[in-house]
Amino acid sequence: MKTIDTRGLSCPQPVIMVTREIMAGEKNFEVLVDSEASFENVTRLLESKGYKFTVAEKDDHKAIKAEK
Amino acid sequence: MNKKFFSTRAGIITAGSLIGIIAALLQYFGNPKNMGFCIACFERDIAGGLGLHRADVVQYIRPEIIGIMVGALVISMIKKEFRPRGGSSTVIRFFLGVFAMIGALVFLGCPWRAFIRLAGGDWNAIPGIIGLITGIGIGSYFIKSGYSLGRSHTQSKPAGYIMPGFMLFLFALLIFGFPKLFTSTAGPGSMRAPLLISLAAGLIVGGLAQRSRFCTMGSIRDVILVKDFHLISGIAAFTLAVFVMNMILGQFKAGFEGQPIAHNSHIWNFLGMTLSGFAFVLSGGCPGRQLILSGEGDTDAGVFVLGMITGAAFSHNFAMASSPAGIGQFGMWGTIIGLVFTFVIAVTMTQKRKTA
Repeated sequence: MKTIDTRGLSCPQPVIMVTREIMAGEKNFEVLVDSEASFENVTRLLESKGYKFTVAEKDDHKAIKAEK
Repeated sequence: MNKKFFSTRAGIITAGSLIGIIAALLQYFGNPKNMGFCIACFERDIAGGLGLHRADVVQYIRPEIIGIMVGALVISMIKKEFRPRGGSSTVIRFFLGVFAMIGALVFLGCPWRAFIRLAGGDWNAIPGIIGLITGIGIGSYFIKSGYSLGRSHTQSKPAGYIMPGFMLFLFALLIFGFPKLFTSTAGPGSMRAPLLISLAAGLIVGGLAQRSRFCTMGSIRDVILVKDFHLISGIAAFTLAVFVMNMILGQFKAGFEGQPIAHNSHIWNFLGMTLSGFAFVLSGGCPGRQLILSGEGDTDAGVFVLGMITGAAFSHNFAMASSPAGIGQFGMWGTIIGLVFTFVIAVTMTQKRKTA
C-alpha cells in the first residue's frame, strides 16, 4: 500500500498530494498527517470522494488508511 | 456541543458570523471605521507603538492582536494541538511578511479589512478583493506546479512560547503604561475600543478562528485549487454578519468617495492586494491565520508576523504606505519590488514534480 507522507507540510500541500493519488486512481493508500487542520482537510476530501478511512493515532502524527 | 463542531460547515459559518459581529461591535465601541479588525493595520499600529516607525497617527499596542494569538495558544493547549514547529524556509517567510505588509498598506487593509470595508459600503474594497483573488490565483498556480517552502520540523517547547510570550510582554507594557511606548493622540491610532473589550474580543476571535481554521486567503485558494467551498462559506458569513450589524448600528455608508481610511486609486488598491494575496498564498495563510498558527506554536508563522511588523516600519519610514489622500510617494516602488520578489520566490521554490 502506498504511503503519502505529508508530515511537516502545511495545507494545501497535503490535500494536493492526496488529490493526485485519487486522480491517479489509487484505491488503497495511507496518509500521514501531523496537523489537525491538515487532518480535517484530508478527511473532508476523502469523504467527498467517497473513500472510507480509518485513523490510527501515532506518537506525533496520525495515519489515515483510505480505501474505496 | 460536538467536539468537532467548528470543522463542519455549520461550524465555520457560526465562527465567521461571530467574528463578523464582534468586528462591527468593536467599531461601535471606538475602533476606527471599517476597521473592527484589521490584522495588517493593527500590526502596523504595534510597530508604531514600539517606535519602529514615527507616523504619529498610527501608534498603539492593539490588544486585539495580543488577544488573537493568546486565545489561539490557550485553546490549542486545551485541545492538545499546541505543537512547537518550524524551520521551513524561515527567512523567505520573513520577507514574504515584509512585502505582504507593504502591499496591504498600499491598499490600506488586510483581507479581513477588505471584507469589512465591503460590508461597510466602501466600494474601493472591490478592486482590492479582485486583486486579492488575482494574487491568490497566481500563487495557486505555482502550488499546483509544485511550489513548496519545504517541511517544518518539531521544535522545542520554549520555541513555541516565544511569540505568545512576546505578545503578553507587550500587553504588560501597555497595562502598566510603560512611558516610552508611542501612543497616538489623533488619527486612527487614537480611535480604539476600551482596552479590556479589545482584549476580550481578540481572545474570543482567536479561539473561534483556531477551532474553525478561519482564513480569508485559504478560503479563496481552496475554491481555486481544489473547488472546496468550506472556508469561503465562513468568509461569506463573516461579511454578511458585518453588513447586518453595520445596518443595525448605522455604520453603513455606500460609495467610493470619502470612505474612512481608504483611497480610490483603483489600480493601486488592486495591485497592493495582488501583492499581498500572492505573498499570503506562498506563506500559507492570511495575516489573521498567521497569528493563530503562531499561537499554536508555529514559529515559521511567528517569523511571518515579525516580517509584517517590520514591513509596516519600512512602509511608513519610506513613504510607501497610502493615506486617505492617496498612495504614498514610493508606494508604487514598494509594490513593484514586492511583486518581483514574490514572483522570484514562487519560481525558484517550484520544483518539477518527481514522477512517482
